[in-house]
Amino acid sequence: MLEIKNLHVRIEEDGTEIINGLNLSVKAGEVAAIMGPNGSGKSTLSYVLSGKEDYEVTEGSITYDGEDLLEMDVSERAAAGVFLAFQYPVEIPGVPTLTFLKEAMNAQRKQRGEEELTTPDFIKRVRAAAADLKIDFNMLKRPVNVGFSGGEKKRAEILQMSLLEPRLCVLDETDSGLDIDALKVVSDGVNLLRDPSRAVIVITHYQRLLDHIVPDTVHVLSKGQIVKSGDKSLALELEEKGYADIIGAAA
Amino acid sequence: MTAQTPRILTDAETSLVDAYAGASGWLPGEGVVKGARQLAVEALKNNGLPTRKVEAFHYTDLRALLAKGFRASPRPDATAAAERASNYSRLMNAVRLPVMDGHYFADLADDLPSGLTVMPSFLEGFGSGTGETADVVDTINTAFVTDGLNISVAADAKIDALIGIANTFAGEAGGIAATRNFITLEAGSNAAFLDRAVGPDDLSYLTSTVTTLTIGEGATADYVIAQEEGDAAQRLARFNVSLGKDATLNLFILNAGGSMVRQEINFDVEGEGAELNISGVNLIGGKAHIDVTSRITHHVPQTNATETFRNVATGAGQGVFQGQINVAQPAQLTDARMACNTLLLSDDCDFSAKPELEIFADDVQCAHGATVTDLEDSYLFYLMARGIPESTARRMLIRAFVAEVVEELENEALIEALEGRIDAWMERHV
Repeated sequence: MLEIKNLHVRIEEDGTEIINGLNLSVKAGEVAAIMGPNGSGKSTLSYVLSGKEDYEVTEGSITYDGEDLLEMDVSERAAAGVFLAFQYPVEIPGVPTLTFLKEAMNAQRKQRGEEELTTPDFIKRVRAAAADLKIDFNMLKRPVNVGFSGGEKKRAEILQMSLLEPRLCVLDETDSGLDIDALKVVSDGVNLLRDPSRAVIVITHYQRLLDHIVPDTVHVLSKGQIVKSGDKSLALELEEKGYADIIGAAA
Repeated sequence: MTAQTPRILTDAETSLVDAYAGASGWLPGEGVVKGARQLAVEALKNNGLPTRKVEAFHYTDLRALLAKGFRASPRPDATAAAERASNYSRLMNAVRLPVMDGHYFADLADDLPSGLTVMPSFLEGFGSGTGETADVVDTINTAFVTDGLNISVAADAKIDALIGIANTFAGEAGGIAATRNFITLEAGSNAAFLDRAVGPDDLSYLTSTVTTLTIGEGATADYVIAQEEGDAAQRLARFNVSLGKDATLNLFILNAGGSMVRQEINFDVEGEGAELNISGVNLIGGKAHIDVTSRITHHVPQTNATETFRNVATGAGQGVFQGQINVAQPAQLTDARMACNTLLLSDDCDFSAKPELEIFADDVQCAHGATVTDLEDSYLFYLMARGIPESTARRMLIRAFVAEVVEELENEALIEALEGRIDAWMERHV
């Protein structure tokens, strides 16, 4: 489903190279974990997948469902089924969450040539998804993420993910800032979305999240490259030995 | 002996002088009225239109900006005018007072609720202008005014229905539509007004309007100016307000049209305990030049004023906000606050904001602030990352920016109607 080949990325503003020849392949139905120390390029990878402007791809390719992902703009990628769950979801004053959700769901449907949702149908879907994630429906009348706690913001991200039904989910350090109960709710939300037709990329520092969202593959990112890949046992090994040992051995 | 060299008039000035000469035979009023018109035209000839050298017009060089080819608009045929006016859908349900090309059509007006009186007359306050260059908005109106509404709300009357002053331009290119309205709310009354101006695109015409609103003791007025002139229209507007003891005015201004707009607002806060809330949205796209110049004078103690404008500029639009607050020496305990926030969406648009405070009392609170920003990139990215196309995402964020002032209004239907007009503007410009 996703094929990244020899990817090189730098920060547009100052030219700093962040990703240096990254190769990664993720199949439909697969849950791939990407782990790595601070500054290894994890968040950059998530931004490049979603199409953020501040990054420049200087070499390599990203193919998604047989299409050149780099040719699409941010909203086209989202409409094509790529979803980024943000590490730090932004607060947008003045835009009610429900308005935002409806616009997003209908924009994607429109780009895919589907009928827009009726208001009752929309509300029904949101109520059901909010209940699954233990989100108070009234909270969704507030502006996007404004006044939400850290945990509420992450749950709201997963709510958006379940409503938008993406085909490729990228979770950027979704565990950061979550207490144990919230981590459980968020992980359950992600697990509900596991599906043979859907791929999930879980980006994280810690093994802890992977106890809840058990990955099929684990990849270690260091200095902008995948230096080691394995199954879920690799995550446990990392937890035990630390990044330095694994990265040192791979280098 | 002194020899006076006559000024050489610009095209715009000549066109105004000629327009008066061509219409002096039929413009209403004889004697003193005619005398005042002639004085106004003389003042225009002698002083000319203001340039940047006139402090009050520093950001709006009217001599350079005003179009030419003007002519006064005689009273149109009611049937034809009504038909052309019907091209514009009503903003919302209101007691409609139709004004076309500067002429009031009482026969076409809706039935008036009790407590409300409307007389066609422009004479109240007419001829009181100074003729000075800075008063050119009044001077031009004095020369060309054809009609006006003299509206009064009886003491203690509570008018539930919105009173709609529906100004439509349906005349020919270069036409001047000039009105002078005089509105009085007697003590203890309440009334809400929607003063709307519409006209066709791609047609140069001039709207000249002077409105004087007097709010009596304990009375409350809600007043909305919805300016949706055509995209080639010129508009010179003045709004004078006098507030009595414990009187309240909630004024909202939407500027969403016109190519050259000068909206002056002058407030005299003359009654203790008076409260003035001014807010507005200026949408400045294409090549529009929109100038809102306000002057608030607090004459007596214990009055409050807040003034909040949200501006959106794009294309090659140029916006101006000048906000003057004067606090006279007796006006202790005045609380006056002014804010002007602007979104600049293109490289070629600009916005000039000039706050001025003149305070002669020592125990007052006055504050002003102005900000200029572009849309926040991180917000745009977030919305687009959920599949919302960039143009829609930009509109959502602009809507949110202006909604903060629009949604302060209390009439839900009015909020919805105004937001509909804002959306329509964004469809064309964003």
